[in-house]
Amino acid sequence: MRSSVPEPQPKPSWLTDPQVRAWLFQVLAVIFVVACGWFLFHNTQTNLAHRGILSGFGFLDNSAGFGISQHLIDYRESDSYARVFVIGVLNTLLVSLIGIALATVLGFVVGMARLSPNWLLRQIATVYIEVFRNIPPLLQIFFWYFAILQPLPGPKQSLALGELFFVNNRGLYMPAPSLSEGFMPVLVAFLLALVACIVCWRRASVQQELSGDSGWWRPLGVGLLLAVPLLTAWALGSPFTWSVPTLSGFNFRGGWVVIPELVALTLALTIYTAAFIAETVRSGIQSVSHGQTEAARSLGLRPQQTLRLVIIPQALRVIIPPLTSQYLNLTKNSSLAAGIGYPDMVSLFAGTVLNQTGQAIETMAITMSVYLAISISISLLMNLYNKRIALVER
Amino acid sequence: MKQVKFPLALLAATLTLGSVTQVQAGATLDAVKKKGFVQCGISDGLPGFSYADAKGKYVGLDVDVCRAVAAAVFGDAEKVKYSPLTAKERFTALQSGEVDILSRNTTWTSSRDAAMGLNFTGVTYYDGQGFLVNKKLGVASARELDGATVCIQAGTTTELNLADYFRAHNLKFTPITYDTSDESAKSLESGRCDVLTSDQSQLYAQRIKLAAPDDYVVLPEVISKEPLGPAVRQGDEEWFDVVRWTLYAQLNAEELGVSSANVEELAKSTKNPDIARLLGAEGEYGKDLKLSKDWAVQIVKQVGNYGEIFERNVGAGSQLKIERGLNALWNKGGLQYAPPVR
Repeated sequence: MRSSVPEPQPKPSWLTDPQVRAWLFQVLAVIFVVACGWFLFHNTQTNLAHRGILSGFGFLDNSAGFGISQHLIDYRESDSYARVFVIGVLNTLLVSLIGIALATVLGFVVGMARLSPNWLLRQIATVYIEVFRNIPPLLQIFFWYFAILQPLPGPKQSLALGELFFVNNRGLYMPAPSLSEGFMPVLVAFLLALVACIVCWRRASVQQELSGDSGWWRPLGVGLLLAVPLLTAWALGSPFTWSVPTLSGFNFRGGWVVIPELVALTLALTIYTAAFIAETVRSGIQSVSHGQTEAARSLGLRPQQTLRLVIIPQALRVIIPPLTSQYLNLTKNSSLAAGIGYPDMVSLFAGTVLNQTGQAIETMAITMSVYLAISISISLLMNLYNKRIALVER
Repeated sequence: MKQVKFPLALLAATLTLGSVTQVQAGATLDAVKKKGFVQCGISDGLPGFSYADAKGKYVGLDVDVCRAVAAAVFGDAEKVKYSPLTAKERFTALQSGEVDILSRNTTWTSSRDAAMGLNFTGVTYYDGQGFLVNKKLGVASARELDGATVCIQAGTTTELNLADYFRAHNLKFTPITYDTSDESAKSLESGRCDVLTSDQSQLYAQRIKLAAPDDYVVLPEVISKEPLGPAVRQGDEEWFDVVRWTLYAQLNAEELGVSSANVEELAKSTKNPDIARLLGAEGEYGKDLKLSKDWAVQIVKQVGNYGEIFERNVGAGSQLKIERGLNALWNKGGLQYAPPVR
């Protein structure tokens, strides 16, 4: 009988083992990347030292010494560069958030108008999109700033609205509230009313399910929300004291001011980005098959309900990913602020601070990482939302 | 951002990839001689200092600094190429090696000298910060500017002086900071700001660019010291000496009465040992600087002595009509003083 034991194979070399190889290449790649990074870092350090250029982040503690036209937190000239940096970030976030909110609304409206059965509305929307998305955003910013806002009258000839609101080439002035004694009671009253209102709306939905009619619950909720805080304020005193802008010397003092740089930047970015969002919205809506509309209509839904309950939820799945990139674009385009002197992060930190300290590498690295952080946060939020509305397949 | 990207990218590239031995004494002069021209960083359009004339040729005091260096190095004042830079871009452009000289009405301060890797070679213009306002405002002194909106250029010492001055006098102000001087001038005209602040020489220059110059007045206060001068990269003493002594040669020439009209004749026939040394008739002072023997003759012949370039660009012979004042020679009541050539 022959033995059925197989002949012993020569053991394969570990070098030919695909798994070992894969690991080996991964490790080599990592070593290479790290070495490159270390080389660049070390070489930069040596060169900076050799050229007598200061490096490191110690400058952030130094006193800035210059003025800033718009700061959302308190600022004095003796404050540090670090605080200037925070002010720059906040100003960038402010213009980005306002821009994103307005551009979304405007973009949806124009996108819908593009598909409107009304011929005139449709044409206006088309012209709007074609004009504004084909002009570079910097030019649009210049247009709003130099051509529209700067020719406004000076402070002494301001356009006034009831002695409370003033518009001139220095900005929009309005009364500013500051908290007074009545604030806490009114706040509590408002919160209670809000809870009551939510309860009412819940009841309304339940009743509608049961009887097909929500009855008086909804108006009651809204009435409570308005009446309770107002009555509290009337009984216990106003929650705010108002500081009204008054003309003194060169400018208005007191109150809130929206500077024209912010207005021009927000307008330009909103209008520019809304044109892109409108096209995204249009394509999203058109991607929902017409059968869906027909089905909804045959179920007896009205056109508005069809849009709100059937079309838009399905269109959103197509709209959200490109909408995210538009949000990112708007945020990044806000760095064009430097062109008109709006104190955003680029103009303030990567501009003035860079120049006063001469530390180009550090300021640029910080600025880039902040944009990266903002953009990644927006992407994450939008991805979460996208996941929530995505088609759930069974 | 706009144009700032390029110098920054270049700086990043040279700093991260460049080898350590790149900066050494003599590197710049040799490189300049090899490429055959001086790369000169100037301003983005400031009458009297650096701006393009009707034929598109750059003229001005800052431009003449570079032309004089080219005359000293090559014997030809036209061997200069210019890079117009905004205030924000200028230091990066010099640090990165994009320009050889920064001659852009730049104030000499300790932090710029010590922490930015630059060296200032001298003072071409003693200046001070002032205010330009519309006559309609009826303001006669800067002390009356409480609550004013002020236009400034980003990345300048004026930004800091302004804040200091208003703080010291307990006045309030709102700064509006622009990238270029043209933008701030436009905003002054439109009334976005009440006041434009800058070095006084710049204010005079800005004023003649306005649509109605006579409606504007420069206030009497001078709130700072602004010694303006050319800067070079730190660590290259040879090039530093060339740029520094080019200015000193022009100052010495004026002091000794050497001008573009008489320099050639004096070079041949002078009996004055000071002039003879300056013009290379005696000694080898040009060789010490690694320049030709007649370096100073070329500077004065082609560009002029300091008095000539001052009068031609910003003084009586120009639109600006600025008095010599602090910029007169030391023996005529001013501050301009050059060490002797010997």
